[in-house]
Amino acid sequence: MTATPSNPRPEEALVQDDLATELQRSLPLGRAMFSYGMSAIAFGLTGLALLPLLAILFEILRQGIPHLTWEVFTALPAPVGLSGVPNGFANAIVGTLIMVGTATLLSIPIGVMTAIFLAEFSQGSAIATGIRFITTILSGVPSIVVGVFAYGVVVLATKQFSALAGGFALAVIMLPIVVLTTEEALKLVPVPQRLASAALGTSQFQTTFRVVIATALPGIVTGILLAVARVSGETAPLLFTALFSQNWPQGLDTPTPSLSVMIFNYANSPFIEQNQLAWTASVVLVGMVLFTSLLSRLVTRRRLKLR
Amino acid sequence: MRDPSEPAQNLPRPTAGLQTQHSGDVELDILTANRSDLWLDQGFTWLVRVFAFVTVALLVWMSWVIFQEAQPAIQQFGLKFLWSQDWDVGALTFGALPYIYGTLVTSAIALIVALPVGLAVALVTSENFLPLWVRSSLAFIVEILAAIPSVIVGLWGIFVLIPFLQPIQQWLYNSFKWIPLFSTEPYGPGIFPAGIILAIMILPTIAAISRDVLLAIPPELRSASMSLGATRWETIFGVLLPAGASGILGAAILGLGRALGETMAVTMVIGNSPQISASLLGLGYTIPALLANEFAEALDKLHIGALMYLALILFVITLLVNIVAVLLVRLIGRRGALAAQTTYTQQTPE
Repeated sequence: MTATPSNPRPEEALVQDDLATELQRSLPLGRAMFSYGMSAIAFGLTGLALLPLLAILFEILRQGIPHLTWEVFTALPAPVGLSGVPNGFANAIVGTLIMVGTATLLSIPIGVMTAIFLAEFSQGSAIATGIRFITTILSGVPSIVVGVFAYGVVVLATKQFSALAGGFALAVIMLPIVVLTTEEALKLVPVPQRLASAALGTSQFQTTFRVVIATALPGIVTGILLAVARVSGETAPLLFTALFSQNWPQGLDTPTPSLSVMIFNYANSPFIEQNQLAWTASVVLVGMVLFTSLLSRLVTRRRLKLR
Repeated sequence: MRDPSEPAQNLPRPTAGLQTQHSGDVELDILTANRSDLWLDQGFTWLVRVFAFVTVALLVWMSWVIFQEAQPAIQQFGLKFLWSQDWDVGALTFGALPYIYGTLVTSAIALIVALPVGLAVALVTSENFLPLWVRSSLAFIVEILAAIPSVIVGLWGIFVLIPFLQPIQQWLYNSFKWIPLFSTEPYGPGIFPAGIILAIMILPTIAAISRDVLLAIPPELRSASMSLGATRWETIFGVLLPAGASGILGAAILGLGRALGETMAVTMVIGNSPQISASLLGLGYTIPALLANEFAEALDKLHIGALMYLALILFVITLLVNIVAVLLVRLIGRRGALAAQTTYTQQTPE
């Protein structure tokens, strides 16, 4: 900027000139370096954070895909040392599905009901705050401790490692996730909808089920799918509740194989074939988990589009 | 009450409503529903209350069961258990110190590594360095990392991370063996790889919560700082980080809580040898790893009791850590509380 002709007094122009140069002065070298340096560090560290994820996904695909045959989904694990026998882990897939299914059936009613209590029956009360806090704390309990709890409750009582014990442990892990996500979904339903329903003379039961839950259903499904995705990969609580077995699951009261425990056992195995099978099982397990997570995102996205 | 969609038969027609009510010929009873509906409604209310109570009772029940089952060991060893170092199943002597030590050291390494990296991810994905779609996809990718089951991260740890870290460990040993931290010959598995793998696993937690915390800071603070001539990084260090400090601290502590209880990946890379040494290159053992390895084979009541005692110690530590973290994250307000909840939906499965 230079002094303009419209400005008659030279000394004022001088001051403005000074101010202008002062304002336009580029950043001192130190500050500029600090800024660029920090940006570089931040981007570098972000790249570093992405590295393990990409490395893990790449390695699972590289090691697992070549051995991913149809047999894997239909056959039992072959005894070590035998070649030419069908080799797979269908029993582990079925076991995982059974236990995740049991856990889902156990945790959905309790979880959704608790969320209804929090969102519909006790908004803003001290009791609701307390229950929400305890649920949040419950979700932070390490899953191995939940496994120990399931061992104490089910395994010691029935003197039997079982799918039921595994499913119980998984249900305890799912419960807080279902509660917290369902409550969020219920809170998104506008209050006027509830008032309108009540004004038509419905009871709280009718309002809750016909109006609130019906509206919030996509959100609730998202939460449940996230919880399912989370527990399908759980290993720690199954190690000493469901144990493992080389055979097909025999029922809810017998030791039951699962994909995650199989990966753990075979990863530590000295036999290359079993390590290989662990990688293949990883592809299937990661596929299941990521598919469920992405599905949950799709459900919510469609709901958002509808709005 | 009746279904609102059904035509009201015994109600007066709307036009005549006022009249009939006054005359009292037809009673407009708006207070009571028919009996079965009332019972349904009442039953539903109670059912909801009972289930909410069940959720809360679960935490109490869990503490009680673990405490109760730990009794044989608590009575036998008392508090001495905490600093005793022997763990001999055959002789039925049990001490927890090496496991507590291993748990704390690996979690500390994880936190030291993951905090700066997680914070960097949070800043890059919350500041406007990059176009929005790049930022949200970055955040999404880091979230996927949290969805990969711990046992698979462990598998990768055994076959990829340890071979990768081994030359680095060897170099640290060769060059710096006079520092106690690097004073033992590296085997491959050990405390150092376990710390790194834990850092990878808690990174998404720290990044996601810190990001939510930074996004919740009022934009006026940022604009004010920049209008005073501060550069982006001066704004970050002078305004944003101090404003979000309690939330970021909460994120770090939540990450710590997760690291303390992390089981599978650590079990697979730590070497599972109960020893206490100052060296990061040595083998170690953690409480969750011991539980994972010995619980299924534990037969003796005292052995089970000792494992339960360890589980109780882990339970109490993580409970305290989580309570502090949740309270800290709540400090920064409602957004913060939401942030704390989102993490649980994207927690790593073990």
